[in-house]
Amino acid sequence: MQHGTQADPTHEKAPDTMRQFSYSRAESTDSAIKTHAGQSAAYLAGGTTLMDLIKLDVMQPERLVDVNRVDLDAIEPGQDGGLTIGAMVRNTALAHDETVQRDYTVLSEALLQGASRQLRNRATTGGNVMQRVRCSYFRDGISPCNKREPGSGCSAIEGHNREVFAVLGTSEHCIASHPSDMCVAMAAIGATVHVQGSRGTRDIDFGEFHKLPGDSPQIEHDLHNDELITHVSLDAPIANAGSTYIKLRDRSSYQFALASCAAIVSLDGETIAEVRIALGGVGTKPWRCHEAEAGLVGQPATAEHFAVAAETAMQGATPYKHNAFKIPLAKKAIARALRDASARAHANTKGDTA
Amino acid sequence: MDSNNAPTDTTVSFRINGKMQQLDLPPNVVLLDALRNRLGLTGTKKGCDHGQCGACTVLINGEAVNSCLALAVVHDGDDITTVEGLADGDTLAPLQAAFLEHDAYQCGYCTPGQLMSATELLGNDSVGTSDADVAEAMSGNICRCGAYKNIVSAIQQVRQGR
Repeated sequence: MQHGTQADPTHEKAPDTMRQFSYSRAESTDSAIKTHAGQSAAYLAGGTTLMDLIKLDVMQPERLVDVNRVDLDAIEPGQDGGLTIGAMVRNTALAHDETVQRDYTVLSEALLQGASRQLRNRATTGGNVMQRVRCSYFRDGISPCNKREPGSGCSAIEGHNREVFAVLGTSEHCIASHPSDMCVAMAAIGATVHVQGSRGTRDIDFGEFHKLPGDSPQIEHDLHNDELITHVSLDAPIANAGSTYIKLRDRSSYQFALASCAAIVSLDGETIAEVRIALGGVGTKPWRCHEAEAGLVGQPATAEHFAVAAETAMQGATPYKHNAFKIPLAKKAIARALRDASARAHANTKGDTA
Repeated sequence: MDSNNAPTDTTVSFRINGKMQQLDLPPNVVLLDALRNRLGLTGTKKGCDHGQCGACTVLINGEAVNSCLALAVVHDGDDITTVEGLADGDTLAPLQAAFLEHDAYQCGYCTPGQLMSATELLGNDSVGTSDADVAEAMSGNICRCGAYKNIVSAIQQVRQGR
């Protein structure tokens, strides 16, 4: 077969050409929403998820609304001492922002351990929140997949389910893990997703934004048809806290997490005053460990208590044929993250009283 | 869309390696294919076509990106640098000369992408000084021939001004 001939310079007859769609560029959120109109359209930001899945014919929008020129790329102080991040802020820019590095260290570390430099340069805050699962059956476009085709079955449960599959929050309909690192840090910090649609603006608590698969894995988030993420605002940082992101994977870079942990700790002497724990790689959504946190408050910041917290956090986890190792692995990630975050909290407190 | 329901072509222009180029193309053409198939700039390679290998890396406004995931129409008006833009006529860029000196390639397929990522790295103050820091910064470029050690050496030579 000839490709790229004079008669067919656009490869339209080639079997592996991407589907066709129409394209428009929005200059404002209002015009983006109006153009999207909630019908067979997709917002295009960095494109690192959307273009990947359009090429696989898994996402099939008929119209793309390019929001790269929409003025949503500021990082500004938020209400009550927090931080407001525009949806179009690129992952690289967010990771290197001075305020983020100083007050939300875990977020910077999570971003920089995600993806590759090239992907981080284009991926946006809003897009990172919206990224899709990495399950190979979802991505192959043909295997039974309740997310892609509700009711068709889940190929992963009895199939290959190692790297990118969860042990927390799974159901008999879907076991794919949420792949974002940024979202794990944001879950630990506490945040709000601000969206705008034809019916106005809404604020969605970060912990409620992503949905468990349950019996409807095709519903991944709370957005209504034409809603566009405009900002994510972080809660005020915990004073004098130390934080860290530990990401464990088969190779040391450029791979999704087998298990990861975002930990934030503040100390009162040798005792834990406030603590946040969130997990990646092991949950069907970014996984906040409320019970483990509650059990740590007022306890000494020691390895023994970190281990107890890790046990609590992974209680009720469901192993599958190839990913049972994630349960002890996640416990190690939690213990290490708590240890390192506590060490940093110690250093911060010492610095203050020096 | 036109009467056949095919999206109509859009005119886009970029500055590529310092030269203004104009193309008429439909929306579903990625920058990688526009560069290779419509502009004859075949230095940039198609490896995985899904943003997983970095062989397609170019600089857009000085930033390394995977051109296989970048729609050409999105980058109307942008400044693009490809591997063809590194040398000054017959004079290799210091980075290219260092790659030669350190044997930083075998088959050469990943090499243009490595050079473009390395070019961005050279201008990036936030990358630490160690070999491990360089390897981490370059982790978006895969090399099946395993030339990583020599790639890092070549980059470090240029960074250290040797």
